[in-house]
Amino acid sequence: MAATDHERDVQANRLESSQYDRNFSDIHPALNRHEALVEADRCYFCYDAPCMNACPTGIDIPMFIRQISADNANGSAKTILSENILGGMCARVCPTETLCEEVCVRETSEGKPVKIGLLQRYATDHLMNNAEHPFSRAKETGKKIAVVGAGPGGLSCAHRLAMHGHDVTIFEAREKSGGLNEYGIAAYKSVDGFAQSELDFILQIGGITIENGKALGRDFTIAQLAKDHDAVFLGMGLAGVNALGLDGEDADGVVDAVDYIADLRQADDLSKLPVGRRIVVIGGGMTAIDAATQTKLLGAEEVTIAYRRGAENMNASEYEQEVAQTNGVTIRHWLQPRALQRDADGAISGIELEYTKQTNGKLTGTGETTTIAADQVFKAIGQTFDGAPLDDTIVLEKGRIKVDADRRTSMKGVWAGGDCIVGGEDLTVAAVEDGKLAAESIHATLNA
Amino acid sequence: MADLTTEFLGIKSPNPFWLASAPPTDKAYNVERAFKAGWGGVVWKTLGEEGPPIVNVNGPRYGVIHGPDRRVLGLNNIELITDRPLDVNLREIKQVKRDWKDRALIISLMVPCEEGPWKKILGEIEDTEADGIELNFGCPHGMSERGMGASVGQVPEYIEMVTRWCKQYTRMPVIVKLTPNITDVRYPARAAKAGGADAVSLINTVSSITSVNLDTFSPEPSIDGKGSHGGFCGPAVKPIALNLVAEIARDAETRGLPISGIGGITTWRDAAEFIALGCGNVQVCTAAMTYGFKIVEEMIEGLSDWMDQKGYTSVSDFTGKAVPNVTDWQYLNLSYVTKAKIDQDACIKCGRCHIACEDTSHQAITSMVDGERKFEVIDEECVGCNLCVDVCPVDNCISMERISGVDPRTGVEINPEYANWTQHPNNPASKVAAE
Repeated sequence: MAATDHERDVQANRLESSQYDRNFSDIHPALNRHEALVEADRCYFCYDAPCMNACPTGIDIPMFIRQISADNANGSAKTILSENILGGMCARVCPTETLCEEVCVRETSEGKPVKIGLLQRYATDHLMNNAEHPFSRAKETGKKIAVVGAGPGGLSCAHRLAMHGHDVTIFEAREKSGGLNEYGIAAYKSVDGFAQSELDFILQIGGITIENGKALGRDFTIAQLAKDHDAVFLGMGLAGVNALGLDGEDADGVVDAVDYIADLRQADDLSKLPVGRRIVVIGGGMTAIDAATQTKLLGAEEVTIAYRRGAENMNASEYEQEVAQTNGVTIRHWLQPRALQRDADGAISGIELEYTKQTNGKLTGTGETTTIAADQVFKAIGQTFDGAPLDDTIVLEKGRIKVDADRRTSMKGVWAGGDCIVGGEDLTVAAVEDGKLAAESIHATLNA
Repeated sequence: MADLTTEFLGIKSPNPFWLASAPPTDKAYNVERAFKAGWGGVVWKTLGEEGPPIVNVNGPRYGVIHGPDRRVLGLNNIELITDRPLDVNLREIKQVKRDWKDRALIISLMVPCEEGPWKKILGEIEDTEADGIELNFGCPHGMSERGMGASVGQVPEYIEMVTRWCKQYTRMPVIVKLTPNITDVRYPARAAKAGGADAVSLINTVSSITSVNLDTFSPEPSIDGKGSHGGFCGPAVKPIALNLVAEIARDAETRGLPISGIGGITTWRDAAEFIALGCGNVQVCTAAMTYGFKIVEEMIEGLSDWMDQKGYTSVSDFTGKAVPNVTDWQYLNLSYVTKAKIDQDACIKCGRCHIACEDTSHQAITSMVDGERKFEVIDEECVGCNLCVDVCPVDNCISMERISGVDPRTGVEINPEYANWTQHPNNPASKVAAE
């Protein structure tokens, strides 16, 4: 059907009400105790284990699995959380297939890695459901530290600092804390309000205050923060979204995938969320996958991801691509957006895409085009760092904050981590590690 | 297909797989199901003297050791001998034997260690036409507190005495079932032989506490907060049983005494190993109690297939074939020098061989070679201990290979001839004349 031959169709309530719960239930149901014991037994307790070296937060994976084997799930969780206080969320959202599980010797030998992510979830769930907060604060130091952003990096940094006895205030621009754990991430990866449960768990350490609705650059300046605190950690993530650079980008039906996912995560009733009948998602990362898969699960009839390079170039792992495909999403490669098509009312009716090829490492359009009918076009071609709130006080590099190995910025007394820094990997687990390293560096500096 | 028919003490059975005296052989109902399933014979659960029935605990009788997937690795029991009236057992035994003439049916017995009770019960069972008797000198729990079971089996003089009574008062073949809860199994075995036993069977269960409940601090199985040691059996005891069988099979005084092998036999392979160490047949209990009687089909098929592959036409073709290879440490060949060799294509780089060797043995396996994660044997350090082979999770990845010439570890030329400790210059009692 040609792009113009159909009525635009964007509506809510496409599914029977019971179908929403089924579609958005836990993608990987938790292991029960017996399943965990059996799976844990598959771990060889490798020497200098490759999985451990592949974990950005350096969790002692063989040890925590051995503790599960020994039926000490809470001890196992403590092993995990001592390196990664957001180990519960990381167990759910880490692309383990490209981290610990990719290098598991059982992956190399038999193509079936130990299910490290699920075991980590088993242990952390067990502790969070059955035990007290496992860490306590050192003697209070009286030092005050400001953290900007209550995402994974900020929370990780705050928790570690609180453990060391410092007082932390987190300034969070949004209404709820958690960052992308709360506003990003596919809903079926974090069910039952886990992001908020984990936040509550982290705050149990004490010494952390969160001020929501306070944005850097709007409600306070970096200079004020630095003046009022002994140290500052910036973990504000990426506020901007890359544009397609096409005419009509503000038309009805052009959707920012990040915003849509946030709306979906915050929706009390998924049936009330409007979704197009035909959807095209532009991009090749996790945001593209999550937007495509979830709109399909909301009842969209045809969902197509168009990516300008090949499958192997996509930021989303092969596994994540398969999740999308298994849910009925079509992924088309070597296509770049060329023009948005609009109906008489100016709303989106389709998108014209140009075929691409790579020659000598350079991507070029071939001139050949194709058109896909679409009621909604989702932009998921990457997020950008908004440096304006920093008032040019801090050196940026490649558009993000420049830091050293200890996550120290160019400004005295200011550290940064997570997606907002150069080399930020857009991974929860990497942000957690940044926050932890920064906290240790801040602590060492304040103690010096 | 190989012929699995065995004749043990003149008792014929269609295969060497008997069910041991235990709950599976407690009554006609079970025994008939076992025979229908294909078992070659049974040893009926131990009968005691006539009188008020035996009383068992009314709480748990069994404890267990599990593998991670709840695979039963070992069972422990505190059940006593049969708690059914003697006359009921005798009537059923007679009927079952009449209905299943081609199967072996042995009666296990345990009465007080006095001549009268033994003479009496032997007279009472005569009429059943059972094929033989097995004297239960093995049970380590309960009955032993009353001077029976293992408390007899732990005193060679008692074994000899009771065996002699039995040989005197019955014409049936007498099998003496031995307890492993002794220091040297050769003494009870010799005593049984001296008393005239036609065979020994072993092992009975090993005295054990399977676990301790860390909430109640009661041993398991727990009866109202208390526990008593039970008898351990199942796959976990097989290595102990194999050794005790071998000790009797190769002892000059008991060599040739027929043995019925018992202890953790779960598959055809386990059975073949016991037979190779000199057993005329085998008895099974835990495997049946875990999986049911059907497992005998695997045992029959597996043993038969293996015998066909090896060209054995009857079980006796390989009975005792491993016995001559069981020897004392002092006769092991010290000129046999091996080195571990790691197949780099098969290696999955888990590093277990390295850390086991590095932390606990001889520092003979690398972890890095030229900056790469690589596990290689350092022949200059390797003593050939086999620990790396044992802990390697991959089949056939590490092998022990014999070397000749100069041993890189010692720098000494390896003696091409067999030489053992008795001939070694470091042995003060060396039989080689000093040069």
